[in-house]
Amino acid sequence: MRITRYAAAVAAAGIVLTGCSSEAGDAVEEAAEAPELAEEVDFEAGTTMAELAEAGSMTVGTKFDQPGFGLRNPSGVPEGFDVEIAKIVAAELGIAPEDITWTETVSANRESFIMNDEVDMVVATYTINDDRKEQIDFAGPYYEAGQDIMVAEGNPLGIEGPEDLAGKNVCSVEGSTPAEEIRTNYPEAQLTLFDVYSKCADALANGQVDAVTTDNVILTGIVAGSPDQFDLVGNPFTQEPYGIGIPKGDDEFRAFINDTLVEAYESGAWAEAWNETAGAISGTDAPEPPDVDRY
Amino acid sequence: MSAPVLFDVPGPKARARIRIGTAIGALVVLAIVGFVLVRLAGNDQLDPQRWAVLFDPGSGVPQALAEALLRTLKVAFVGMVFATLLGLLLAAGRLSDHRWVRIPVTTVIEFFRAIPLLVVIFALFFILPSFGIRLSAYAALTGGLVLYNMAVLAEIFRAGILSIDKGQREAAFGIGLRKSQVMTLVLLPQAVRRMLPVLIAQLVVLLKDSSLGFIIGYFELLRQARSLVEFFIPQFGNQYTFQLYVGAGLIYIIVNVLLSQLAKLVERRSSSTTTASRNAVVPANTPSVTGAAGGPGS
Amino acid sequence: MQFLIDSFPLLWDAFLTTLSLSLLAGVLALVLGTLLAAFRVSPIPPLRGLSTFYVETFRNTPLTVVFFFIIFGLPQIDFAVGFFTGSVLAVGFYTAAFVCEAVRSGINAVSAGQAEASRAIGLTFGQSLREVVLPQAFRSVVPPLGNVWIAMVKNTSIAAGFAVSELTASMQRLSNANAGELLLVLVAVVVGYMLITLPSAYAISRVERRVAILR
Repeated sequence: MRITRYAAAVAAAGIVLTGCSSEAGDAVEEAAEAPELAEEVDFEAGTTMAELAEAGSMTVGTKFDQPGFGLRNPSGVPEGFDVEIAKIVAAELGIAPEDITWTETVSANRESFIMNDEVDMVVATYTINDDRKEQIDFAGPYYEAGQDIMVAEGNPLGIEGPEDLAGKNVCSVEGSTPAEEIRTNYPEAQLTLFDVYSKCADALANGQVDAVTTDNVILTGIVAGSPDQFDLVGNPFTQEPYGIGIPKGDDEFRAFINDTLVEAYESGAWAEAWNETAGAISGTDAPEPPDVDRY
Repeated sequence: MSAPVLFDVPGPKARARIRIGTAIGALVVLAIVGFVLVRLAGNDQLDPQRWAVLFDPGSGVPQALAEALLRTLKVAFVGMVFATLLGLLLAAGRLSDHRWVRIPVTTVIEFFRAIPLLVVIFALFFILPSFGIRLSAYAALTGGLVLYNMAVLAEIFRAGILSIDKGQREAAFGIGLRKSQVMTLVLLPQAVRRMLPVLIAQLVVLLKDSSLGFIIGYFELLRQARSLVEFFIPQFGNQYTFQLYVGAGLIYIIVNVLLSQLAKLVERRSSSTTTASRNAVVPANTPSVTGAAGGPGS
Repeated sequence: MQFLIDSFPLLWDAFLTTLSLSLLAGVLALVLGTLLAAFRVSPIPPLRGLSTFYVETFRNTPLTVVFFFIIFGLPQIDFAVGFFTGSVLAVGFYTAAFVCEAVRSGINAVSAGQAEASRAIGLTFGQSLREVVLPQAFRSVVPPLGNVWIAMVKNTSIAAGFAVSELTASMQRLSNANAGELLLVLVAVVVGYMLITLPSAYAISRVERRVAILR
């Protein structure tokens, strides 16, 4: 039987390889400490908060592929700053982290997930803008990022800002704000659009594109893993306030999340969440938190 | 291909030429393999440490891939069962004597045969909700696989039914069976058996197509491999990217080869019981039978 | 309606991309697949082995994985390809395995007497394949090849995930920017695919009827 032979060869290779452990296996990350649960939660009946607190569980949409913000680990649980922010909000509702169901939302489906009640809220490097506000509402912002550019190590093409992208092949993700920004304001750049940033990083490493553009925090995470391959231009040219997406018109829930965020700013829980996630990757201290926008 | 029909039993000269050809052919194959290996090694892709991640439980990779394989198999299995059942139903429907059955069934089959599976899955997941029907990623992926493959399988079964000797049908009517009995007791069992190789080939396609779950975020094998790649990026860059995709690819190949082998086994078993009758009734024209699946009757 | 008029140029471009991707990959698959089928029945064992290995590998690997290997794997052996070229290669290489199977079954369906007769009049392996067997085989493989073609057109949709702006990519882009018009976007894209697949299906059944060998 040919197959048995194949199988035997594979198994043998496996045994040989298991002998030497991998670098990846040795790097065990310690989990961030869970925020303290609010006790005796009491909300006005009929509000979203009361419903969620009553249910004792909630569904949160986040990204699964954003280093430092929302990244799924091998055991299937997302990690990152967005995830910690969601845990802080959940804790205020008396919901423990293990009672949160994490759903992957990608740039292209965040609005529809909220509008269709697939998720209770979306914390997913979600830039607040007016177009989106027509369909959903935003609490926050809880962080302000800026669009930046990642280039090959040493910046061989001398790209210093978006103006230099004209005629260059620049990679981003379909449906994201950064892609729209390039499309509208820098139409001379040639856009290469993938569905995820990891493909953009591969394409840049292979020289198939000249640059990758998206929010600086995401690029920082990618550069951190391959400092000898990529450089960050470090010249953010937009402001991307990240908000928490919730169904349109749920003003009580929005006010509640905003209060929770302000509280976390003051208690230091916000800075702690930063230091354990995105800050740990980029090696930067927690910045000054942005003012929440109670529109 | 026991006796080669296309070329003579080679004589001494031809044998020498074949030997030279064999040597050159083997050299070319070896050269290609060697070239790929050298280039890979030149890019440090063959470093054992980079491959060890696939087998090192400490990295969480083997567990994650195993779980993802189970999810892939689950979707594929459920998809296969429903696609086969609905495919049988549709095949019978398309051959119905009643126009009001035949026309809608034909439309359904032709519609799902004409559009890409990726579009079907996307529509089930993103567009159906605006009509108040919400599906989980699992349900949307399985649903897409079923809708798409039932149409393909229906055509395969139909071709199988049509390929069965007229006499079978006439004889069945002759002994007083009803229309539905002729179909379920006489025609379908023979059609399924005859189309088994094609059927299995399509099931392999279905298993592979479960990898399209990536578009809606179902964590099947390939999506899981990509997720692991993404997880390692902030710490290790693309050190493991190639290895993880190769690993996922090999798992697919192994599972599918096993499935095909299983199919051959089943085929040999089921055919051995009926060798005599088969040889008597069926002329060796299976390829053109399979072909009939191609001509959509519209 | 206004929405469709506005996005027509985008959809049209996407349609043309899908069409050219399909045609180029189709030619590649047909040529390579036929060559592989010839290998498969040839007297030289390594060629037979190579062909079998090729077919089994590509038939059992998801197309998305093939895409990964072509677009992100080839650079690992220092051949970087563009995304459109890479997509043509991925779809073409993948489909060649299915073309090979279809042609091979066609070769086997040509009655043995034909091959024997061509040998008897002194044709070599190459000649009997070229002049006698393949022309007949291609007739009986029109329907299965047609199926492979239609499946391939639909498979080009996977290029959407690899930076090719074809129909499925345009669907993702438009549905993303026009959440209210989702159904319209879907219909437009489905019509785009049907413009290729339905006429193909019709043409195949016509050709099938015309070239069918009466037995």
